[in-house]
Amino acid sequence: MSSNAQNGTVRTELGRRYHFSASHRLHNLALSEEQNCRIYGKCNNPFGHGHNYVVEVLVSGKIDPATGMIANLADLDRFVEREILDPFDHKSLNEDVAAFEAVVPTTENLCIEIFRRLKTFPNAKLERVRVQETSNNSFEYAGDNPQGFER
Amino acid sequence: MVLLTRKIEFAASHLYHNPDFSAEENRRVFGKCNNPHGHGHNYTLEVTVAGVPDPVTGMVLDLKDLKEILEREVMQRMDHRFLNYEVPELAGQIPTCENIARVIWQLLDPQIKQGKLHRVRLYETPDLFADCYRNGSAGADAR
Repeated sequence: MSSNAQNGTVRTELGRRYHFSASHRLHNLALSEEQNCRIYGKCNNPFGHGHNYVVEVLVSGKIDPATGMIANLADLDRFVEREILDPFDHKSLNEDVAAFEAVVPTTENLCIEIFRRLKTFPNAKLERVRVQETSNNSFEYAGDNPQGFER
Repeated sequence: MVLLTRKIEFAASHLYHNPDFSAEENRRVFGKCNNPHGHGHNYTLEVTVAGVPDPVTGMVLDLKDLKEILEREVMQRMDHRFLNYEVPELAGQIPTCENIARVIWQLLDPQIKQGKLHRVRLYETPDLFADCYRNGSAGADAR
């Protein structure tokens, strides 16, 4: 197949969105009850609450002329399913995810944890992760990639 | 520098098939997208142009001009077309979201004379998209 798409003037990224639902509670054991309540407000409710999270994953790499793809979606989907959706969907982030035993599961921290888990994807380079907590709140993390936010 | 984005939608069909692969390999690599009769999507295209607003008009570029460019270069070429067979720019390429986005970048870039093409984002579905940027442009000079 033609390799026209390989010309070096354009840089291409593939973006894929995934959805999961989970509960969390924002509470820092190092703070007093009063401080937790003041800082986290409703999110400090001891029984927790939940969100429908949307995770946007952006990867870059050469477009393979034989397939027209940066990465085969089936491979990316399987990887995200194993690393993110299986462990997070319909779970309590505080109780079911070891990374949040001692780390407050804000969406900032969730974004960093998702990036950490996905950066080992072997078929393309992870550029950044955007996590939407509600339709009004979203967070992005690009690791130590200095250009990650410049796009 | 200001970024201006215009969105358009078009509907088109495509299929993924590499004649160099065996039938079995085509099915394995491309899955459902290898159906020989093709299938279609409602594509959403977001085109972002970067520039300094003209002090007289207050515009990065006239949206009417951008609309005309998108109508001519993208809509007339791709809307209600079978991308594999009817878009010469895609001939010999698998019409994935990545490749279509790159072709659109290459079509639009020389046409945009006011401001500079900054990003082309093409959604194949709400959960799948490809972004194109000028190579090496990311960084201070792009914003």
